[in-house]
Amino acid sequence: MALFLVKFDLKKRVQLAQMLWLMYWFAVMAGVLVFAMGLFFKIELRKNSELMDNSESHFVPNLLIGVGLLACGINAFGGKICYDSLDSTKFAKWKGVMKPFLISCLIFMVLLILTALFCFMMRIPLQFTLAEGLKNGMKFYKDTDTPGRCYMKRTLDQMQMEFKCCGNNNYKDWFEIQWVSNRYLDFSAKEVKDRISSNVDGKYLMDAVPFSCCNPTSPRPCIQIQLTNNTAHYSYDHYSEELNIWKRGCQQALVSYYGGMLNTIGALVILVTLLEGVVMVGLQYVNTAMSTLVNPEDPESESEGWMLEKTVKETFTDIMAKMKAMSKGGQVEEGEGDAVATVS
Amino acid sequence: MTVLKIKFSFQRRVRLAQGLWLLSWVAMFTGVVIFSLGVFLKTELLRRSEVMHTMDIHMVPNMLMLVGLASVGINLCAGRICQDSMDVARFTRWKNFLTPFFMVSLLFTSLLLVAMSLSYALQPSLEESLKIGLKNGIRFYKDTDTPGRCFQKQTIDRLQMEFQCCGNSNFKDWFEVQWINNRYLDFTSKEVKDRMRSNVDGRYLVDGVPFSCCNPASPRPCIQERILDNSAHHNYEYHIEELNLHSRGCREALLSYYMGLMNTIGPGVLSVFLVQMSVLASLRYLQTAMIGVEEQENMEVETEGYILEKGVKETLNEAKENLKNLVPGWNGGQVVDEATEGDAEAEKAA
Repeated sequence: MALFLVKFDLKKRVQLAQMLWLMYWFAVMAGVLVFAMGLFFKIELRKNSELMDNSESHFVPNLLIGVGLLACGINAFGGKICYDSLDSTKFAKWKGVMKPFLISCLIFMVLLILTALFCFMMRIPLQFTLAEGLKNGMKFYKDTDTPGRCYMKRTLDQMQMEFKCCGNNNYKDWFEIQWVSNRYLDFSAKEVKDRISSNVDGKYLMDAVPFSCCNPTSPRPCIQIQLTNNTAHYSYDHYSEELNIWKRGCQQALVSYYGGMLNTIGALVILVTLLEGVVMVGLQYVNTAMSTLVNPEDPESESEGWMLEKTVKETFTDIMAKMKAMSKGGQVEEGEGDAVATVS
Repeated sequence: MTVLKIKFSFQRRVRLAQGLWLLSWVAMFTGVVIFSLGVFLKTELLRRSEVMHTMDIHMVPNMLMLVGLASVGINLCAGRICQDSMDVARFTRWKNFLTPFFMVSLLFTSLLLVAMSLSYALQPSLEESLKIGLKNGIRFYKDTDTPGRCFQKQTIDRLQMEFQCCGNSNFKDWFEVQWINNRYLDFTSKEVKDRMRSNVDGRYLVDGVPFSCCNPASPRPCIQERILDNSAHHNYEYHIEELNLHSRGCREALLSYYMGLMNTIGPGVLSVFLVQMSVLASLRYLQTAMIGVEEQENMEVETEGYILEKGVKETLNEAKENLKNLVPGWNGGQVVDEATEGDAEAEKAA
C-alpha cells in the first residue's frame, strides 16, 4: 500500500511541475541568503577578532557558507529536473539519477538541521573565547609602544564606546590592572611611589577607568577618577550613581550581540530546512507521477504519485534486508552498506 | 525652419515607440532612486537638526523628493502614450494633452539642475546655521535640568564621538563657556570661588573639555583637564600633543560630511536628468511623427519628426500670443473700462 497516493492527469502534472519549479527558484534564493548570512557573520567576527582568544573558531560561518553554496547547487539541479519533467523524452534521461538525488536531498536536510543546531550552540564557546580575549586585551591596554599590541588601546576604547560597556564583567576590572603606561608616570612623585609600593607586583593601580567607559546620557560631566571616593567629588555617592559610566560588562555585551545574530541565522536555517523538505516531497511526487504513466506513449494518460512505494514499516524492512545482502555480498561493498545504514 | 528634423519610416516609428517604452520604465526606476536619495538626505539632515539653526538646506532634499515623485508620473504617462501610438485612433486622444504635458515635464526636469546648483549655493548658509547651532549647543551643554535643553549634553557628546571632532571651530571653544552645571560645584571651596571671581559674568571657566573630545587613537590616557598647564601632567607639552583630543572642529566635520553626501549624489542626479531629457525628446519625436500619420490616415507612410516646428524665436512669440488669447478678459476688459490705462497696459503687454 503506497503512502499518500494521489491520482494525476496531465493538467495536474503540469501544475505540480510548474509550482515545484517556482519553489525551487525560491529555494535557490534561500541558499544565496544563507551564504550571505554566513559571510556577514564571518566579517562581524573578524571585526572584533583582536578581542578574541586564539582559539577563536570560524567553524559556524564557514559551515553556513558551504551549506549555502550546496543549497544553491542542489536546488538549481532540482529545478532543471523539474523543468524537464514536463516532456517525457527529456525526463527519461533523468530517471536513473532521481533516486540517488532524492537520497542526497534527505542527507542535505539532516546537514541543515545540524547547522541550525551548531548556530544555537555556538554561544557557549564564544563566551569563553571573549572572556579570555577581553582579559588579555585589558592587560595590554597600556602597551601602546609595544609592536603588535600598539592598537589594543584604540580597539578597546572604540569597542567600549560602540557596545556601551566597561571592563570584562564590570567596571571594577579596570581597578585590578595597571592601564596607565609607565612612560606617563612621574616616579619621583610621592603619590606614584605610594601606589606602586602598596601592592606585591609593583603595579600602579587606581580606582579609575578610561574615558571610553563614560556614559553620554549622564546629567553631570563624567567622573572617571577616584570613583569609590565619595568625598573627592561634590554631591556624589558612588552607590547611587547609575548613569555616570556604563554598568554592563563588555563580555556580556558582545555575547548578547553575537548571540542575537546567531539566533536569527539559526531560525532562518530552520525555515530553509522546511522549504527543502517541501520541495523534496514535491520532487518525489513528480518522479513517481512521471514513472507510472498508464500508457507510456500518450502524454495525456493518467498516472499515480506517492511518497513511499510501500508503508513506512515495509520500506524500513526492505532497506535492512538490502543492507544485509550487501554486507554478505563481499568485503568490498561493506563501506557502501555502512553508508546505506547511516541514511536509514 | 524646423529644428532637428528626422525622417521616420513605419519601421523606425515602431522601433522608436518600443525603445521609448523601455526607456520610460528605466526612467521611472531612476525617478524612484532620486526620491529615495532625497529621503535619505533629508533624514541625515534631520538627525542633526538639533545643531542646525535654520532649515534652508532642506530645500535640496525636498526638491529631489518632489522631482522623484513627478518623474514617476511623467514616465508612466510617457509609457502609456507610446503604447497608444501604435493605434492612430487611440493616439488622437492625447493630442491636446501633450503640449502642456511637455511644459510641465520640462519644468520638473529642470528642477533637478536647480537642486544641484542649490546644493553648492547653500553651502555658506549651512555653515552659518551650523556655527550658530553648535554655539548654542555648547552653551546649553550644562543645562541637563532645564526642560527643552536636557538632551543637549547627550547630543553634543554623541556628535563629538561619532564625527571625531571637538568644539565649534576647535577645542578651545570649551574654555569660553561654563560646561559644568552649578549643581556639581562646591561653592564653599576656595578654588571654585576664585574661578567665579576671575571673570565678569561670574562663570566657572576651566581649561578642560568633556570626555567626548578624547581621541581613542592617543597612546596615552586622555588628558581632559588643565590642558594648557604643562606642569600638571608628567611628560606633557600641549603645543606638541596632537593625538590627545580631536583636533577638528565639529562645524568643519559636519560641513565636510554633508558636502561629501551631496557631491556623491550629484553625478546620480545629473545622469537621471539626462535620462529624463532623452525620454522627453523621444516622446516629442514620436508625437510629431504621428501628426504626419494622422494627416495622411495611413499607418505605413513615412513622416518627419522634429523638436520645434518653427525656429526658437518664432515659437516663443507664438507662445506669448497664445497666452494672451487664453486669458480673454485680460486686455479686452481693461480697454473697455478705462481707455487710457487700458491702452498703456496693452502697450506694455505687447
